[in-house]
Amino acid sequence: MASAVFRVVFAGPHVTVQDGGRVGMMRFGVTGSGPMDRKAFAIANAALGNAPGAAGIEVSLGGLTLDCVAGAVSVAVVGGGFIVEAGGRKTGSWSVVEIRAGQRLVVRRGPWGSWCYLSFAGHLRATEWLGSAATHGPSGLGGGRVMTGQEVVVEAASLRGEGAVPCPVWARPRHGVACVLGPQERFFDVETLRDFTHAPFEMTDAYDRMGVRLRGPSLVPVGALSIPSEAILRGSVQVAGDGVATVLLADHQTTGGYPKIATLVADDVDGLVQCRPKEMIRFRAISAKEAVAVARSRGARFHGYLAGLGVALHKNL
Amino acid sequence: MGPIFRAVADHAVLVEFGTEISAPVHEAVVRLDRALALSPFAGIGEAIPGFVNLLVDFDPMVTDHAAVEAHLRGLLQHPAAVGGMAALREVLVCYDDDFAPDLAEVAARTGLAREAVIAAHLAGQYEVFMYGFAPGYAYLAGVPEAIRLDRKPAPLRGIAAGSVIIAGPQCLVTTMVMPTGWWIIGRSPTQVLTGDAARPFLFDVGDRVAFRRVDRAGYLAAGGM
Repeated sequence: MASAVFRVVFAGPHVTVQDGGRVGMMRFGVTGSGPMDRKAFAIANAALGNAPGAAGIEVSLGGLTLDCVAGAVSVAVVGGGFIVEAGGRKTGSWSVVEIRAGQRLVVRRGPWGSWCYLSFAGHLRATEWLGSAATHGPSGLGGGRVMTGQEVVVEAASLRGEGAVPCPVWARPRHGVACVLGPQERFFDVETLRDFTHAPFEMTDAYDRMGVRLRGPSLVPVGALSIPSEAILRGSVQVAGDGVATVLLADHQTTGGYPKIATLVADDVDGLVQCRPKEMIRFRAISAKEAVAVARSRGARFHGYLAGLGVALHKNL
Repeated sequence: MGPIFRAVADHAVLVEFGTEISAPVHEAVVRLDRALALSPFAGIGEAIPGFVNLLVDFDPMVTDHAAVEAHLRGLLQHPAAVGGMAALREVLVCYDDDFAPDLAEVAARTGLAREAVIAAHLAGQYEVFMYGFAPGYAYLAGVPEAIRLDRKPAPLRGIAAGSVIIAGPQCLVTTMVMPTGWWIIGRSPTQVLTGDAARPFLFDVGDRVAFRRVDRAGYLAAGGM
């Protein structure tokens, strides 16, 4: 089968190749990377019948413009409320579009959301590092940043028609997120913990794939300002000595010595990342048992959505 | 006293063996890590050793904090199942001036001759305590007392991959061009990121490490650049 070839006319900052992520190597200092919004990414692949972790492109608020210079391919554009122009036709993210040689695909910031995913009906050619095409942010290894002027090649490209991908309400930015306190909540006094779970925090523009710094009540730890370095997770809420909280995200460092006041439930990390700077978020502390129950019900809901997706798309295509 | 178990989010348990870095505490971390590698549970994600604790990540669709804790407690009760797994890894190091911009300063600050600093570094018995900061950055504990220095007040940027750097009781062989505030005392041709898909990292946590000195010719012969 033929390839579809795109020229990158414009790529904003933080536009990268991602796949399911580099799993199981945090013990060697290699963070997981992969998509910021794992659900949207998986839906983009599912919309085309791709494997859940197939390589695609993560588009930031900076946007991406691709000119198709050869071949033709269906592209799923899923995640956030982005504006999409496909061969001159205006649509939005949450759609599958066909792009042919001579046509342009534009994905740019729309009314809501921070991250949008392109998956292709075919195989995105991408450099792998340690078995994954996910871009490892700190080093740039793996599939890498998508840069203005480069080519993007989709091998074995095919056309699958066009159609809408249903946008579930839970794919929208989540401003109330659940967390389990700790593992170092004991370094904070009762009033500080109360502030953390009751006060609103603002997402600042110190927001990238490594994490997002928050503006809100000062969360100064009592006593120890640092601890012996230990593992960090995606969703760890780390507090530096100045009392400023940072939620660590897909490209976080694997270990660190700042206390962590709480850790977000994984599903809510995907919702949080779609919030934008200046938006307000709130933390809700739940027990570990409740957190597992949340994970299971959200997991079931997500799989139910994916199961229905095949049916919905067949009707459209 | 047994370790403390802390639930982390919906998908991890932190097993804490102490609050201060020490050899016995770290040994307990490594012992549990190895026991878990030999006897994993259904739904395990990954285990990440820290200086004083082990983080065990799991799939909440398959298991939960209580079940994981019970499994880990079972492993702690049968430590005899583990042992003799610590490998000895050799790392080559060249101390030529252009590879060791801080060697003279380390000598001045410790009051030792340049060759004595090198001898002390080579005499150290090192153990891989954990990885962190960047891919393949393995913290090797065991820098001899005589050449222990606090890190520099400000990091320097653009330090070459393969640099052998020290700070306090720790030594590290860098794998990427990165900033560092540690003291740069040599360069190694030994690749911590091996490029071997079957075994991509030279060390596992808990391995012992010995440095062996090479001259420029030996450095180049071993693939150094």
